[in-house]
Amino acid sequence: MSNWLIYRTFWDLTVSGLVLGLIYALVALGYTMVYGVLRLINFAHSEVFMVGTFGVLVSLTKVFGIPLFEGGQYPFRTGFVLVGILLASLLIGMFVSGVGAIAIERIAYRPLRGAGDVYGAVALAFITGLILSFIFSSDIGLNLIIAAVVAGPLSILYLRIFKRGRQAPRLAFLISAIGVSMALAEAVAIWGPDERVVYQTPRILEKKVLFTFFGAHVRIDYVIVAVGAVLMMTSLLLFVNRTRLGRGIRAVAQDAETSRILGVNVDLVILVTFLLGGAMAGGAAMMFTLVYDQTRFNIGFLLGVKSFTAAVLGGIGNIRGALLGGVVLGLAENYGSAVFGGQWKDVIAFIVLLVVLMFRPTGILGESLAKARV
Amino acid sequence: MKKFWKLAATAAAASLIVAACGGSDSASDTTSAPKDCAVSLGLQFPETGDAANLGAPMLKGAQLAVDEYNAANPDACVTLKTFDTQGDPAKAPGVAAAVIADKSILGLIGPGFSGESKAALPAYEAAGLGTVTGSATNAELQLNGWKVFHRILGNDSVQGPAIAKYIVETLKPASVGIIDDASEYGKGLADTVKKAVGAGVKASDSIDPKAADFSAAVSKMKDANPAVIFYGGYYGEAVKLSKQLRDAGVKATLVFGDGVKDQAGYADAAGPAAEGAIIACPCKDGSADFISAWQAKYKEVPGTYGAEYYDAANVFLNIIKAGAKDRAAVQAALGTYDAAGITKQIKFGANGDATEAATVYIYKVTGGKITYVADVK
Amino acid sequence: MNLTQQFRDITRSVTHGPGVFSKLPKSARWSLVGMLIIAFYFMPYWPNVPVLGWIVNTPGTSFENVLTDQIMVFVLMALGLNVVVGFAGLLDLGYVGFYAVGAYTTAILTSQHASWPWLAALPVSVLAAMAAGVILGTPTLRLRGDYLAIVTLGFGEIIRITANNTNWLGGPRGINNIKHPPNIGPLKFTVLDAKPYWYLGFTIILLVLFVLHRLEHSRVGRAWSAVREDEDAAELMGVDTFKFKLWAFAIGAAVGGLAGSLYATKVAFINPDGFLLQLSILFLAAVVLGGTGNMYGAIVGGFLVAWVPERFRNFDTRRYFVFGCILVLVMVFRPQGIIPRRGSAAGPAPVEGDAQ
Repeated sequence: MSNWLIYRTFWDLTVSGLVLGLIYALVALGYTMVYGVLRLINFAHSEVFMVGTFGVLVSLTKVFGIPLFEGGQYPFRTGFVLVGILLASLLIGMFVSGVGAIAIERIAYRPLRGAGDVYGAVALAFITGLILSFIFSSDIGLNLIIAAVVAGPLSILYLRIFKRGRQAPRLAFLISAIGVSMALAEAVAIWGPDERVVYQTPRILEKKVLFTFFGAHVRIDYVIVAVGAVLMMTSLLLFVNRTRLGRGIRAVAQDAETSRILGVNVDLVILVTFLLGGAMAGGAAMMFTLVYDQTRFNIGFLLGVKSFTAAVLGGIGNIRGALLGGVVLGLAENYGSAVFGGQWKDVIAFIVLLVVLMFRPTGILGESLAKARV
Repeated sequence: MKKFWKLAATAAAASLIVAACGGSDSASDTTSAPKDCAVSLGLQFPETGDAANLGAPMLKGAQLAVDEYNAANPDACVTLKTFDTQGDPAKAPGVAAAVIADKSILGLIGPGFSGESKAALPAYEAAGLGTVTGSATNAELQLNGWKVFHRILGNDSVQGPAIAKYIVETLKPASVGIIDDASEYGKGLADTVKKAVGAGVKASDSIDPKAADFSAAVSKMKDANPAVIFYGGYYGEAVKLSKQLRDAGVKATLVFGDGVKDQAGYADAAGPAAEGAIIACPCKDGSADFISAWQAKYKEVPGTYGAEYYDAANVFLNIIKAGAKDRAAVQAALGTYDAAGITKQIKFGANGDATEAATVYIYKVTGGKITYVADVK
Repeated sequence: MNLTQQFRDITRSVTHGPGVFSKLPKSARWSLVGMLIIAFYFMPYWPNVPVLGWIVNTPGTSFENVLTDQIMVFVLMALGLNVVVGFAGLLDLGYVGFYAVGAYTTAILTSQHASWPWLAALPVSVLAAMAAGVILGTPTLRLRGDYLAIVTLGFGEIIRITANNTNWLGGPRGINNIKHPPNIGPLKFTVLDAKPYWYLGFTIILLVLFVLHRLEHSRVGRAWSAVREDEDAAELMGVDTFKFKLWAFAIGAAVGGLAGSLYATKVAFINPDGFLLQLSILFLAAVVLGGTGNMYGAIVGGFLVAWVPERFRNFDTRRYFVFGCILVLVMVFRPQGIIPRRGSAAGPAPVEGDAQ
């Protein structure tokens, strides 16, 4: 192990650490916003990200029909076609993740808040039917039919139970979240595209080196991630600070009960919070596939843990904290790996977290979605 | 009224569980062989979990051999019974006990991984049930004195020095970089290569196979700029690593071990980044008949360890065909077994390792295809 | 609503704890408990009982090994974690770390670097895990709620990664040939028969249950519930909250170390992949599923989390999908867990470690 390595490769490590850190930060936003509003670790957020990468994969291969390779080379596109496809896959990724986040909220959280509605009841009844159908058949078509038949009457029953909903203890949310993330990852593994170890996403952007920065190659995909991430975060901050709904989010983050009395539609605010967090994760998913060309059913887990770490590091519930935490974590991991060896990467990440929390028990910037300022 | 609905829901949940229990016994066996076979073989492998992708070709290879056997011997058929461990040693003793308790099982194909082998083999040894693995390459397994342990491919202590020999004598690089995935297989192999190459190793690093970003290791290699980079690990990470190394402008020749010899999993997935990569493996491609039979059955090219598991299943099938009727006879016959498999002449030494496993075959990715180039003894 | 009343009467013992049970005369109660204990000692034979066997048996693997390798471990871990999460209200997502410390200590002392008998290694393993609990707890227990969760999660990962990258601890290869317990009279601890391990393990579960029961109803237990319900108020009332939180951590860790040592001696082989972060999450799921703060709930939860995936092996690859869905369904329809903490079945639940 050479300790001088970090000096020789410092800028290289900085550039790639920043890129990874920004992706952490985008995913961390989802954790932070949900935490700010509901005081809940949204453990299933990692799978929101995972679903987004699959949205991007399917949009590239199925919607745009791009093969993995063309004649042994990457299927590079150029000009407006490239920009169009990139933007479209970004929007699809954000849409899929956003919808995924809302669905998780409806199915796994809202009934626990004592506010279960008809969508949640139908979805849960359908899931119950699906599990029951596995007993009789392993044919997925038949499973779906049985599930649909069972879902009808069962959802009426479920809805009756929801009607007298009570707030569940916080740990119940956590376990529900763990259950839904396990089910989502497994569902993608079982019924997703043909299983092989890693799903490669087609590389349509030629990763040219735009310029060198103290000897470090700054590639075009890195620049897109940096610009995209900063743009997305700025718009999010503007939304939270400048719009009516954003004010609602801040109000609920400060005091949900008082906000409800004052006429804030708390359920709508929660829905929007999940949607925004999901969309940010979807954006991260698109950028992730752009840089790393890959996804897998279990890709969310580790990235989710790291992003949550980043959120806590920066100060959970704090939007700017998520950005700072992500970048600090990405850089610390890269520098630490260079000094101590890559096998210690996660140890370094957690020790950085521990040390920061020792001195600042609520993260670098402290926790406050309510008091978010631009 | 409120309570009533709550109770109704509880009752529904309870009936769900009871119904689930009742129905599950009637669910069909996962194997496709006829049900009335008197004799069966066990397969202990990771069917689910994170390593399921490595388990799939094991099942396909063994199933192909059993199906061919049953087609040729319709009146003395053999069932393949699968036992999923998820590659997890904690699940292995339970599975081993179930295998041992099933008296129709005369031999066990597997275990798939070295870790589960260490947890399960003491039980197989005590029960006298012969095992043949085609994938657990840990270099210490054969040293435990287990008589039932047999392995039809070279272990890491054979592969490592052979790879090092090929690197040093044929590629003749100025310097070598070594990366491993911190797994038992990857690190074990990388360490033996590192030791055998010796002073030529200029940089080494480990990566976390579950991570997506290997930029620290890539930066390290870029800085050291070795002419050859060896990676110890499986094909999934080899794809990611190859791409990231090439994207960073690293031009070194990439060298891999047997865990990467997978046409669809590596060469087809990494595309241009895989071009020119060297893959060493103590395994042959398998015969043309085998490859076409596999393609006819599964509509894909054989995956990693597929040919080994086809061979492992055939070892047992040949023994059963020759008249072995119980576990003791099968285990005794394994000791004297000597017949051609599709990957090599199969004959087990005293420690359970195949005697012909000392040869390592070198392949190269040329034009997107993994093609044979040379032997290293 | 006659029907409702009937349902309520029938299910009261399930939903409201031992209501009917406590009305029985003392002798009847003790003989009932005694019979239950004996029935559980015979658990390895349950698959041979009609109906019951058909429900519990695990096709595709051996039930008695599932009992020792999975159920015993999960029940003990759930009991230990319940002290931390249920009694003291501290969210610990790195509980697998203590399990690893216990297992590794046993492995090192009986196989890797020494050849102690297992009985000598057991107390050392428990103490080592306890020490790890104190070492982790001292700097971190001043953190609140979810901050503690992520820090403990990190701790669990640090233990696993350190074991994976340290040759002295066997590295990724792990440690095998861990010693079995000594034979006790007719009980022979071999690789082929898992039943003696269950007799040993169940005895230990009973002992742990007894000790924890005494603790719960002692001054320490009352201090824990004060800390759990309102830490600031407890502090004001003069409870040394830090000390009692550290106690909870150390005792929880000790039970975790005990489970680790038992697991190591049973399977005789450990490697770092046996201590993944996912296990911590499953342990927590066991506690909450059973009923946070209720030891009998923890036992039921531990049993279910360990047993369900093994029971539904013939769902093949879909079994973890089913398991995840079941977690959601149970939490939606029974958020307090299967056997809720006594006195908390109605009314608002305590808020664990609110960061506010």
